[in-house]
Amino acid sequence: MVIFYYQSLLRGFQQRNCGAGIDKGALMEMPIPDPEIFSRKPELIAKLQQVMPKDAIISETSETRAYECDALTAYKCVPLAVVLPRSTQEVSDALRICHQMGVPVVPRGAGTSLAGGALPTADSVILGVARLNDVLETDYDNRFIRVQSGRTNLSVTGAVEENGFFYAPDPSSQLACAIAGNIAMNSGGAHCLKYGVTTNNLMGVTMVLMDGTITEIGGPYLDAEGLDLLGLICGSEGQLGVVTEATLRILRSPEGARPVLIGFDSNEVAGACVSDIIKAGVLPVAIEFMDRPCIRATEAFAHAGYPDCEALLIIEVEGSAAEIDEQLEIILEIARRHDPVELRESASPEESAKIWLGRKSAFGAMGQINDYMCLDGTIPVSQLPFVLKRIGEMSRQYGLDVGNVFHAGDGNMHPLILYDANKPGDLELCEAFGADILRLCVEVGGCLTGEHGVGVEKRDLMMDQYAADDLDIQMAVKDVFDREWLLNPAKVFPLVSSESRRI
Amino acid sequence: MRAFIPKSESELAGIIADAEAPLRIQGGGTRPFGRPVNGTRLSTSGLSGISLYEPGALTMVAGAGTPLAEIETALDAEGQRLAFEPMDHRGLLGSSGTPTIGGVIAANISGPRRIQVGAARDHLLGVRFVDGMGRAIKNGGRVMKNVTGYDLVKLMAGSFGTLGVLTEVSLKVLPKSRATGVLLLEGLEDMRAIEALSMALSSPYEVTGAAHVQKGLDGDPVTMIRIEGFEDSVAYRAGQLQKLLAGFGDFTVETDPVKTTAGWQWVRDVAPFHGRVGDVWRLSVKPGDAPGIMAGLPGTEALYDWGGGLIWVLSSENSPLSAGDITRAMAGNAGHATLIRGEASNGAFPRLSPAIAMLHAGLRQQFDPRQILNPGLMEPAA
Ligand SMILES: Cc1cc2nc3c(=O)[nH]c(=O)nc-3n(C[C@H](O)[C@H](O)[C@H](O)COP(=O)(O)OP(=O)(O)OC[C@H]3O[C@@H](n4cnc5c(N)ncnc54)[C@H](O)[C@@H]3O)c2cc1C
Repeated sequence: MVIFYYQSLLRGFQQRNCGAGIDKGALMEMPIPDPEIFSRKPELIAKLQQVMPKDAIISETSETRAYECDALTAYKCVPLAVVLPRSTQEVSDALRICHQMGVPVVPRGAGTSLAGGALPTADSVILGVARLNDVLETDYDNRFIRVQSGRTNLSVTGAVEENGFFYAPDPSSQLACAIAGNIAMNSGGAHCLKYGVTTNNLMGVTMVLMDGTITEIGGPYLDAEGLDLLGLICGSEGQLGVVTEATLRILRSPEGARPVLIGFDSNEVAGACVSDIIKAGVLPVAIEFMDRPCIRATEAFAHAGYPDCEALLIIEVEGSAAEIDEQLEIILEIARRHDPVELRESASPEESAKIWLGRKSAFGAMGQINDYMCLDGTIPVSQLPFVLKRIGEMSRQYGLDVGNVFHAGDGNMHPLILYDANKPGDLELCEAFGADILRLCVEVGGCLTGEHGVGVEKRDLMMDQYAADDLDIQMAVKDVFDREWLLNPAKVFPLVSSESRRI
Repeated sequence: MRAFIPKSESELAGIIADAEAPLRIQGGGTRPFGRPVNGTRLSTSGLSGISLYEPGALTMVAGAGTPLAEIETALDAEGQRLAFEPMDHRGLLGSSGTPTIGGVIAANISGPRRIQVGAARDHLLGVRFVDGMGRAIKNGGRVMKNVTGYDLVKLMAGSFGTLGVLTEVSLKVLPKSRATGVLLLEGLEDMRAIEALSMALSSPYEVTGAAHVQKGLDGDPVTMIRIEGFEDSVAYRAGQLQKLLAGFGDFTVETDPVKTTAGWQWVRDVAPFHGRVGDVWRLSVKPGDAPGIMAGLPGTEALYDWGGGLIWVLSSENSPLSAGDITRAMAGNAGHATLIRGEASNGAFPRLSPAIAMLHAGLRQQFDPRQILNPGLMEPAA
């Protein structure tokens, strides 16, 4: 299923090239590549070959092209070279060489970023950690696992599930995405209402600084010493260091889980129901919300048997059978007070799967209708009805349809804007609409991105959320870790803001 | 003595911008950690008050100087709480004053429930602070999920006022649980107790407290395991845990709300060490290593929390515990130690590796280039 989303997503985007320099016509400006670096490519490759095996270095354009973009495929640029180290030491050696030669480096996990976090520039080296994928230590008594960072998210759980454990953060890209990218983006998942996001489950890292220094932060104990560098690194989008190993908290799996589906004839009422459930002291593992455009699209596509209503909630609780009954009883009692048009309990694993089917097919279903852009803002849950209403109004103004499917418990919205990639101007229109929605999120007290990151995609909106000083102090943090701004330099901060630092 | 007590963030910004000498930043003054700071006192008590509380969104925003009690009272009225269960240090440190939320956050203070729900920093959604140049900065916000830019929210939590003066914090709050059950067993020696706690924490029964106290109220060791939730669920899990842990002895179950609350406050505040003479160290370690580390510290007394991952160590009356003693006992084990009570004029915090120490120094240089905010407070214990 995940692969399917991924493909439909890839199909969704029209391509823009960086060419030899930058495409001035493209909306996304990137720094002008340094011609001096191109001329030193042979020297760079020769130096890299001294510290790692030949097959760890890719320098032919025909092969480096595979790394020209991440899952934000609207933007592409072939990098200068790609290195795929097999050890922390090789990562350190590669970084030291690039540092000495002044070559920018873009770290890469699995390349599933939706924000362009792993997008190269033409004068950069992609440092991919995909070959660093071993489990280094599993300790059930002390409840942690230590892995190399290129290991995929799902295969972390895969390594412990036969003993009844799991790694909690579960982005829907979990089959493909790497722990490295999860840490860099502080990724979330469907179950983070209860278990938190990556930063809440990360205990330690081995991280290599741009100058090649290998650092250890935290470990198999709680609250790393000194300032919370671990918290700082998590979500720093590959700009502070290259993470090669991670110590992650693992948890014992619950005895069972069961969803319930509730339909309402208004978004307001659905929103109020979510709020009342939370206030009542129940903490479900997931509260997913779908609006009518999304329900209709999924119904036509996946035939999950969803009611044709304005808003739909899927709420999942965990525990033993009796505990699940106890929690669902409270939830259903609250739901009934809000006059639901549909209330569907599950009596079997098959029925549970059917309840989840539509939700899990939602992205794919929207992709059937048209190309789409997936947004990722967060709002205070109390603002849900207002924001949905405003998005509806804007949708009419822009003449583009939008469907909403998101994690309602924590206010992390994923509006999907439909557009036609083959229609000139449609992508630009869609991007403008998207930016307006994200600004709306900020206006009502929320933020530009809840889990996908800023990357290049939301870089230029940062000034809508932060004042100049707020951004300056963040950039000052990067100065400490990477004085020359060689590590993934063109991301996160508006180029005009970071210009003086990028030399 | 002269003190600054700004009433607003802009007043605070002015004070810091104009400051020519070090400032000693104080919330309620109940947690005098680290190397004593020589500087003019700057109190956050004037930055007080809850500015937003949305129970349905599980969020609260408050001034850094807001008394913790005020926050807890407001939450209590809605059946909610700060799930990370911040410890009150007054009994252990013999300090007086009113704990503030800013102090809790600046020191990243968490209690027994930290093992399940995370630390104070995991419940911090946003901050406003004034840096060492007098700039008012915001980071994060008031929503549950936010990856917009670098997470300075985490960095500020646990920075002990050395990077900036917090003016406002926004918090994720959680519902209180309706029922609590505590499993109790007396007489286990450390190694067995930590094994029992590990087994409970590795079960699916959602343990929210796991402690072992070497000298309980009647002088015998006591092992405590807490579960919380709805009544039937607590009863079910308590029963399951009793079965699971039968090999260690017969755990009894206490469900009286007054007793269970008092019992975990006793653990949270390290009450067994109150009013007793001796140095107190706080060790964060891999739970399974804890008994071995304690075996290397003869003559001391321990209270283990977080399933053994947190050790409170009390030295014997007449022999202080030096950083060297602790380092020797911890040699070969992962983790770190902080001197919480004792002679700290040479520092009290864990020693950092050279690379990490460089990053710390670099960050301080950026946030507080004139070194006026709590300078030296986080110096390593010598
Ligand atoms: C279909 C689909 C569904 C998705 N669903 C979710 C979801 O539910 N929740 C969610 O949060 N995200 C989701 N994402 C986004 C994406 O999967 C996450 O951001 C993921 O964590 C990226 O991991 P990656 O390994 O692919 O990283 P990449 O895309 O390779 O890189 C992401 C960022 O991490 C940096 N980076 C990579 N490796 C390192 C390293 N070793 N050290 C330092 N920095 C590094 C890169 O420079 C880049 O900035 C989804 C994406 C897709 C395509």
